[in-house]
Amino acid sequence: MSEIVKTVCGILEGFIFVFGCYIVIYGHLTPGGGFAGGVILAAVFILIMLAFGKERILKITPRRRGALIESIGALSFLSIAWAGLYIRGIFFRNFITTNPDNHFNILSGGTIPLYNIAIALKVMAGLFLVFFVLSITRVILEGDKLKMVKK
Amino acid sequence: MTETMILSLLTLMILGSIIALESKDLLSSVIAVGAVGFMLSVIFLILRAPDIAIVQVVIEILTLIILIRVTISRDIHIIGDTREFLPFAMNLVLLLVFFIIAADAIRTMPEFGTGASKVALPYLSRGLTDTGAANIVTSVILDYRAYDTLGEATILFAAITGAITILRRKAKND
Amino acid sequence: MCLALFVVGLYGICCKKNLIKIVLGFIIMDYAVNLFIILIGYRKNGIAPILDKTMDVENFALSSVDPMPQAMVLTAIVIGLAVTALMVAICVRIYERYGTFDITKIRKLKG
Repeated sequence: MSEIVKTVCGILEGFIFVFGCYIVIYGHLTPGGGFAGGVILAAVFILIMLAFGKERILKITPRRRGALIESIGALSFLSIAWAGLYIRGIFFRNFITTNPDNHFNILSGGTIPLYNIAIALKVMAGLFLVFFVLSITRVILEGDKLKMVKK
Repeated sequence: MTETMILSLLTLMILGSIIALESKDLLSSVIAVGAVGFMLSVIFLILRAPDIAIVQVVIEILTLIILIRVTISRDIHIIGDTREFLPFAMNLVLLLVFFIIAADAIRTMPEFGTGASKVALPYLSRGLTDTGAANIVTSVILDYRAYDTLGEATILFAAITGAITILRRKAKND
Repeated sequence: MCLALFVVGLYGICCKKNLIKIVLGFIIMDYAVNLFIILIGYRKNGIAPILDKTMDVENFALSSVDPMPQAMVLTAIVIGLAVTALMVAICVRIYERYGTFDITKIRKLKG
């Protein structure tokens, strides 16, 4: 990719990352939430991969770590739900009691910001893994047959 | 006013999708689908659903990136688009029958614009005090209906694992 | 009205020979279904279901659009992306095996 694209992407990816984190954490006060924020965070990594090539992304997140982050997201979602069951007796119960004077604050959401973060981790790792695997397999033409090579 | 806006955008979307399906060049089909998706996001904004509009825009961009990455880097021959005449005619008849029956079924539904919110009134009135979240949609998907979100996470996991398993192979042809 | 969009998507699935066009038909059908669900929950001159410091709770409950379809569609859109990615992965494999995207030729070549 050309120099202009590389420079612009290098500057932009930090901003997009912060913006994605903002949408995830403020998900219970403004539109957004875990899904939208997670997809935006995945777009950051895809942007790095499109602009700089596969080598740079392989230094940051190899595939094992991507799968690990996705599993951590899923398991933490489940563990928060189980903690609700264990503490209050109903599955998924919102067990952090909220102070009624404290509305419209970050900390007034109870378990909802934690859920948002877990979902964002899961969605981000999953979508980035899919794009990574889709783009590192390439088809090369050998004589008559087409052979698929994983780089 | 909003209704005319929605209808005109919907007509544009139908035109765009017909262009996407009929055009001979794959790149212009993919771009047309992208345009349809962005128009859909604008319709979501008109329908007062900002959450959905954000998600739709970002996912539309990712879909475009995946499609272009897969279809353009391969060598695509231009192949004839529609099937032979007899299956094509049968398909058209089938689609016409489906369209007539479904339009009849839709006509019996309540009118556009009356909210079907008998279920959602308790969520709206008690959402803030029960959960402490000002965004009622978030409180619905993460507190009142968190089981559905768990199911959705499971589906994402299964689909992504399936995609990775399909594409993971060493350079061997079997 | 958005039934027409759904039928266009269905036409894309049934009547086209190119595999990528079939995937595009799926995507269009997905958009049509999500739009339909949100259209059901709309209230005329309604407001978005997000509370504000200045808003009155009872007024809000009577004048907001329905949040239930929006919650359902939110997850449905992300799942649509995952299914599209899966279909595209299958298309890549088919292209590797048969060398073409034409489904009539795929039927004729065996292995």
